[in-house]
Amino acid sequence: MTRSRLGFWIFFAPVLLWLLLLIILPHLDLLTMSFRGEDDYGDAVWTMQNYMNFFTEPVYWFTFVRTALYAIITTFITFLLAMPVSFYIAKLARTRVQGALMILLLLPFWVSELVRIYGWMILLRESGVLNFLMLKLGIIDTPIEMLYNDATMIMGLVYTSMLFMVVPLISVMESLDDSLIEAAHDLGAGPLTIWRTIIIPHCKPGITSGAIVVFMLALGNYLTPNLMGGKNSLWFTEQIYNQFIASFNWNQGSAFGFLLLVLSSLIIWVGLKVTGQKLGEVAS
Amino acid sequence: MIRSLPRSKTYNWSFNLFILAYFTFLFAPLLVTCVLAFNDSNYPSLPWQGFSLDWFLAAGPERIGLFHDEQNLRSILTSFQTAFFVSILSVVVGTCASFLFEKENFRFKGVLYFLMLAPLVIPGVILGISLLLAANTAGMFFEDTFGLDFDVFRPSFWLVVFGQFSFITTFVTLVVSARLRKFDISLEEAALNLGATQFGVIWHITLIFLRPAIIGAWAVAFLMSFENFNTTLFLVGSEPTLPINLYLQVRDGSTPVINAISLMLIVGTSLLAMVNLYFTRKDE
Repeated sequence: MTRSRLGFWIFFAPVLLWLLLLIILPHLDLLTMSFRGEDDYGDAVWTMQNYMNFFTEPVYWFTFVRTALYAIITTFITFLLAMPVSFYIAKLARTRVQGALMILLLLPFWVSELVRIYGWMILLRESGVLNFLMLKLGIIDTPIEMLYNDATMIMGLVYTSMLFMVVPLISVMESLDDSLIEAAHDLGAGPLTIWRTIIIPHCKPGITSGAIVVFMLALGNYLTPNLMGGKNSLWFTEQIYNQFIASFNWNQGSAFGFLLLVLSSLIIWVGLKVTGQKLGEVAS
Repeated sequence: MIRSLPRSKTYNWSFNLFILAYFTFLFAPLLVTCVLAFNDSNYPSLPWQGFSLDWFLAAGPERIGLFHDEQNLRSILTSFQTAFFVSILSVVVGTCASFLFEKENFRFKGVLYFLMLAPLVIPGVILGISLLLAANTAGMFFEDTFGLDFDVFRPSFWLVVFGQFSFITTFVTLVVSARLRKFDISLEEAALNLGATQFGVIWHITLIFLRPAIIGAWAVAFLMSFENFNTTLFLVGSEPTLPINLYLQVRDGSTPVINAISLMLIVGTSLLAMVNLYFTRKDE
């Protein structure tokens, strides 16, 4: 079937405008801004200074490494929690319960991240619900501040990105043929062997796509570290925000932003290469 | 192990307990938020002081309920307006993009497709700052060369709309493309043979076929825009959207009005999620 050139341009023009004006040009601008700076006379010049600052100021690259490390830990914990949940929903729950569980699973994630984090704050803070209940039950004598530490922050990150691990895992587990597990069981394999040799290898694509999305979300998260991590949460997005809004040093902020972009794309690229997947497959 | 295999009592019980704990973990923060919205106390915490609708209805001066809280109401309205424009823009351009990528062939299609997917792996914070930079550059350019001053290029309502549009369109494109791939091309050919015009075919046949996917994508786009924080944070001007406004309040100490807003959000998003679920089911 031949299409008119007009038809093609009607589809093509808005897409090109979108990608050019809102994706390509802004990121090129980010890159150029990160190499701009002022010399001693206050004139704008090309410089590597913004990147030099990052490497010579320990707090910057410390935060950078810390953010990456915590994002990896978050991804790993999310995986550990999501695995049995998705196994239960895909393989153990009765078919009628399955649908209901899926809806229950999705619902909290439709609600704004801010509301969910706020809920945790009411639960965990010193005057919070959990402390109140524990005091009443006589488990503790004085309230404990459970917010504003790294463990709570990681829990918050796990909570906010849980869904993006569970959903891909459920869909790969549903495609796993039950008879494989039955056969292994009949031949005398224990649960551990079944997990190691059948379930986990089969789930690899789901694990990768889940891990990539969770990692990226944790790395780029601003709300959760900011509200649950307390004063010293030191998250890299916060450094970017501070450079932009508090210090008004847009050049330094651009350099940080570009470094974060490079880090996240690099890790995602490695993840895709190692498992032989394409971005398009992960996305859908 | 799985449904069809014999399972021991302990295995079953420990699994059920784990799932119960997991769903408690998912819903505890939401539940607590909702319940405390009705607590007759000035703080969002226990003890329970009795049932009250003050946080919705009180007109002041001691307590100001949600329906009399001008600042919060205004931010809700702003969020609705933003989500309205974002969802319409992204559904139109996203549908164009899926037609472009599914039905047309042209040079550099692969490059363009990759660029279309890029917003999936760019952290929201970075999209925000690069768009802020680009808008600023554009604003300076227009001012220096033409002496024109556009409000659009400063953090403002429209900048937020464009920022959210830039990545939500990708999600719309993926949802609509998935449906378009299932379309039987012979329907179009039959209509053309019977003398329909090209645009008549798209309007009366293809778009009708895509309707459930488009409505579902619209709901997703609306919600994503309504609750977006990371990108909006950098682009917001004098009219904060609801998540930004809530964030400022949560950070600086909270009152149960936030619980009341959260409750409305939870109810609202659950309803919209159901709409989306209904149309996705129909899709299959």
